[in-house]
Amino acid sequence: MDNKTLFRPGHTACAGCGQVIAARLVIDAAGSNTIVVNNTGCLEVLSTRYPETAWSVPWIHSLFENAAAVASGVEAALIYLGKKDKINVIAQGGDGGTADIGLQALSGMLERGHDILYVCYDNEAYMNTGVQRSGLTPFSTNTTTSPAGSQSLGNIRPKKPLPEIAFAHGIPYVATATVGFIPDLQRKVKKAISIKGPKYIQIHVPCPLGWRHEPENTIQVGKAAVETGLYPIIEYENGKLAAVRKITPQPVEEYLKLQGRFKHLLKNPGQLKKIQEIADNNILKYGLKAEP
Amino acid sequence: MRQFLEGSHVVAEVVKLCKPGVISAYPITPQTHIVEDLAQMVADGELNAQFVNVESEHSAASVVLGGVAAGVRSFTATSSQGLIYMAEVLFNIAGMRLPLVMTCANRALSAPINIWNDQQDSISLRDCGWIQLYAENNQEVADFHIIAYRLSEDKSIMLPVMVCMDGFILTHGIESVDVPEQAQVDKFLPPYKALYKLDPDQPLTMGLLATPDYYMETRVAIQETMKGVLKLIPKISEEFRGQFGRDYKDCLVEEYYTKGADKVIIAMGSVCGTIKKVVDELRAKGKKVGLLKVISYRPFPYARLCEALKDVPRVAVLDKAVSLGAYAPLAAEIRAAFFGKKKSPKVISSFVAGLGGRDITIESVKEIFRKLTQKEISLEFIDLKPELLKEEYGQ
Repeated sequence: MDNKTLFRPGHTACAGCGQVIAARLVIDAAGSNTIVVNNTGCLEVLSTRYPETAWSVPWIHSLFENAAAVASGVEAALIYLGKKDKINVIAQGGDGGTADIGLQALSGMLERGHDILYVCYDNEAYMNTGVQRSGLTPFSTNTTTSPAGSQSLGNIRPKKPLPEIAFAHGIPYVATATVGFIPDLQRKVKKAISIKGPKYIQIHVPCPLGWRHEPENTIQVGKAAVETGLYPIIEYENGKLAAVRKITPQPVEEYLKLQGRFKHLLKNPGQLKKIQEIADNNILKYGLKAEP
Repeated sequence: MRQFLEGSHVVAEVVKLCKPGVISAYPITPQTHIVEDLAQMVADGELNAQFVNVESEHSAASVVLGGVAAGVRSFTATSSQGLIYMAEVLFNIAGMRLPLVMTCANRALSAPINIWNDQQDSISLRDCGWIQLYAENNQEVADFHIIAYRLSEDKSIMLPVMVCMDGFILTHGIESVDVPEQAQVDKFLPPYKALYKLDPDQPLTMGLLATPDYYMETRVAIQETMKGVLKLIPKISEEFRGQFGRDYKDCLVEEYYTKGADKVIIAMGSVCGTIKKVVDELRAKGKKVGLLKVISYRPFPYARLCEALKDVPRVAVLDKAVSLGAYAPLAAEIRAAFFGKKKSPKVISSFVAGLGGRDITIESVKEIFRKLTQKEISLEFIDLKPELLKEEYGQ
C-alpha cells in the first residue's frame, strides 16, 4: 500500500468499514488528477466533517441524489476550459443514493455520454440512517424497515439489477468489484478511467454494523459473497460480458452464517433453498463456475 | 441596438452577451423559448458553451452547480413545478455560496395544473438564500440579467440571483428592447474568476458536514451578506447607468408618483405597467395616486420602503401569490416593515389578484384604488367569480 494515500486517516468511519477501504482504493487507483463528486451518505459524513477533510483531491458534496448530475456539470465545465483530457471525474455514492433516489440522475449521466466514472459503494441498505432497506438490499435480509418477524422473513424482493441497468444504457464499461479482492478492484478503476465515456463500477462493501459481522471479517465476508455466487464479479465491455471472476461455488450458508442480518434464515431450509437458487442462477447466468 | 423582440429571446440574447460556459435546462412552459434560443445559439456557434440537456430540473440545477463549482460561469432557467422541483438544489447552491443566475418564468403551481402566470413559484422559494429581482418589462429583463451576474459574482456577495419575469406576459410578450452591445457588456461584466473552485492543482473540499457547532454561523453569514446586497445593488445600478444609459436609481424599488400621494399601490412585476397606466389616468383627473414597485424582493428593502411610503396615508399591497392560511406574502412584508414605526401609512390594505393567469385589468387596478378607503382590508381577492365559489363550497 502506498503511504501517500489520497484518502487520509483521521476520518470517523466505524472499525472494519468496507466502504472507506473501497473509497481509498478507488481514489488511489484514480490518482491526484481527479475531481470527486459525492452523494450524501456515510462516506460523505465520515470524511468531511467541518473543519476537517480526509480528501487530498478536489471533492464536492451537494445532495443525496445528484452526484451524477453535479459531476455532469463539472465535466461540462472542464470541457469548456479545455481541461477534460487531463482530469478524471468520479461521481460516487452508496446503494440508496445510486439505485433509489439517485437513479434518475445516474441514468441521465449515463445516457448523455459524459466522460465520468460512477462508483456505487454497495453495502446493501441505508446504513447512514440506521440500516433501512434499499433497492439493493438482498432477498430475505433483516433490516430495520424490512425486519424479520413472526409474519416476515425480511426483505421480500431480490436486489435491483443495477449493473445490467447501467449496461442497458449502452455505455462502454460496467463492472462489479468487492473489497474482498483488492487488486481486481483497483485494476478495474484504472481500466475504467482509461476509457472515454460513462463508466459504472459497483463495489460490494461489507458493513460490520449493518450486516452484523465482526469488524475484522470485512474482507472475509466480501470474499464469501463472491465465492457463494451471491455477488458475481463481472465486467461488461463494448456491449458484451467480457470477463467474470471464476469460483468454486460454496453453499450460501458459508456467507450467510457470518452475518447477523441473515441469522433468522439459518434454521429455515425453505428460505435457504430460495437463496441458494439465487446464487445458482447467478452462477449459470454469468458462467461463474471454474472448470475443474 | 433597439429591436422588437419576444421576452424569451431577449433573455437568450443577454445571456449570450454574459458568456456562460455551461448552460443546463429542462423544458417547462413558459420557459422553453429561452432555452431553445440558447440551444440554437450554441448549435450555430454563436455562443461557446456546453449545453447539457438533462432529465429533470433537479439535475439542471445540479449541473449548473457543478459547472460553477468547477470555475465556469453557468446559467439555467425554469418555471413553476420546475422551480419547486429544484428547491432542494437551490438551497444547496446558496448555502455553498456559488454565484449563479437563473431566469424564473413566473407561473402558477399545481394542483390544479395551470400553465399561466402568477408569482407563487418564486415567492414560495423566498427563503432559499437566492437574491430575487422582479422585472416589469422586457427592457428590465435584459438589464437585470446583466446586473444579476455582476451582483452574484461580486466577491463580497457570492450568492445566486433569480431574475423573475412574468410567464407569457413577458416571456411571450413582444416589446421594443435595447439589447446592449457585446463590448459594453464586456466592460461591465468581467470574465468570471472563481474565489474557490474544484481544481486538482489546489484541492479543496466543498459541501462539508456542519455540526451544531458550525451550522448557524453559515446562515448568519448569508443574512449579513444580504444586507450587503442592499448596499451594492444601488452602486451597480449607478455603474450600469454610466455604461448603458438606463437609470434604475437604487434598483431596489421604483417610485412612481409616490411623493405627496394619498394612495399608493405596492406591487411587483409586469402588473406595474398596468398600474402606471391607471396612475397616469387618475393623476390627469387630479387624484393623488402612485405606485411603488418592488424590484428586490430578496433581500427585502425594508428601510427604503419605509422612507418612500412613510408619509402616504393609505397603501394597498397587490400580491400575485398567496401564503395559504396567512397574510399575502408581499403584504406581510409591508406590514412588518412599518411595525413600530412612528411614521407609517394609516391603512395598509392587502389584495390578491391574477392567480393562475387571470388578467389583472385596468378595471381591477381601479377597483383596488376604490377599495383603498379608511377601512383597512386584511386580505381581499380581486376579480373573483362568486358563482364558482358557490360551486366549490356550496354556499
